Amino acid sequence: MEKKVIINEERCKSCGLCVSVCPKHVLRISDRINSKGYHPAELFDNEGCISCGFCYIICPDMAIQEVRRPEPVKK
Amino acid sequence: MKLIYKKPDAITERDTTYCPGCPHGIAHRLVAELLEEMDLVKKTVIVWPVGCSVFGYYFIATDAVEAAHGRACAMATGIKRVHPESFVMTYQGDGDLASIGIAETVHAAARGERISVVYINNGNYGMTGGQMAPTTLIGQVTTTSPYGRKPELNGFPMHVPEMLAALDGPAYIARAALDSPQHIIQAKKFLKKAFTAQVKNLGFSLVELVSACPTNWKMTPVEAMERIRKEVLPVFPIGEFKVAKGVE
Ligand SMILES: Cc1ncc(C[n+]2csc(CCOP(=O)(O)OP(=O)(O)O)c2C)c(N)n1
Ligand code: SF4
Ligand code: SF4
Ligand code: SF4
Ligand SMILES: [Mg+2]
Repeated sequence: MEKKVIINEERCKSCGLCVSVCPKHVLRISDRINSKGYHPAELFDNEGCISCGFCYIICPDMAIQEVRRPEPVKK
Repeated sequence: MKLIYKKPDAITERDTTYCPGCPHGIAHRLVAELLEEMDLVKKTVIVWPVGCSVFGYYFIATDAVEAAHGRACAMATGIKRVHPESFVMTYQGDGDLASIGIAETVHAAARGERISVVYINNGNYGMTGGQMAPTTLIGQVTTTSPYGRKPELNGFPMHVPEMLAALDGPAYIARAALDSPQHIIQAKKFLKKAFTAQVKNLGFSLVELVSACPTNWKMTPVEAMERIRKEVLPVFPIGEFKVAKGVE
């Protein structure tokens, strides 16, 4: 499935606020390192994400650029 | 996939100069989202302060000026009077607005200037290294209150919205907080009413946003948000202190 949360890793400052508010605990700080020297946040469980947008709402650096919700499956 | 949230276009591609986890960035995003949603971006002039948000004009793409320390409400007054068709707002810290600039703030409110003020209470002078501000809590250690703020020496924390709500000029006065998604959503609703007060020409409007300064508080960003809930909000409660008819 397409990613529900689009993170611009270059903007991330590794503050951890998104990780702290995610109700489904599907975000974490990655081992990668961006050009500013920070470890960017990553969505490690796309299936588990409920597209609530809390990560977007609290991110002070607009690094969480988009939150998307899958369209309901038509029967 | 349906798009639920998207970074506003009025937020520039430039990285902010704020420390990791500093809520100044959250306040910027709320302002940018509302200016877009209310179709105000093109007619907005933001008067930026002296303080950590001194470079705000690099981060929100509107017309802007930079005021001398504390004088944002005086500058905004002049701009709004000459360009009444513009949406004119200030963005100020607690040192800027409540310390050096308190006279400009109170008189702009008393005159009922048609400007909107976004006021960031982070309990200290962030930019200069964490000195005591008018909003510093009793007992709080800062570089200029090394043994904690003492009322007999340093006076008491200043509640700007409560003070201004006693005046006749303001149309909308409120306090919100930036510590949690729930409070941030509420903060956006309050800011929308403040902006509406100006759009409808009802009077002066101000929203205090209880914020954090993780760097000078010497806390992680997550700890700083917890401190807002545990220590700051009991002294600076969330609420609407003046709501003129028509703001809703
Ligand atoms: C006339 C003048 N006096 C003092 C200063 C030094 N100064 C720069 S920022 C600042 C305080 C800023 O604190 P605040 O408004 O709370 O903003 P914050 O950095 O906390 O967001 C001071 C005193 C200055 N730049 N100009
Ligand atoms: S949208 Fe909600 S569930 Fe998904 S990662 Fe963000 S905070 Fe977690
Ligand atoms: S809140 Fe934003 S800046 Fe902070 S870790 Fe998450 S994505 Fe990075
Ligand atoms: S010093 Fe404090 S207010 Fe200034 S950018 Fe850093 S955390 Fe934010
Ligand atoms: Mg301050």
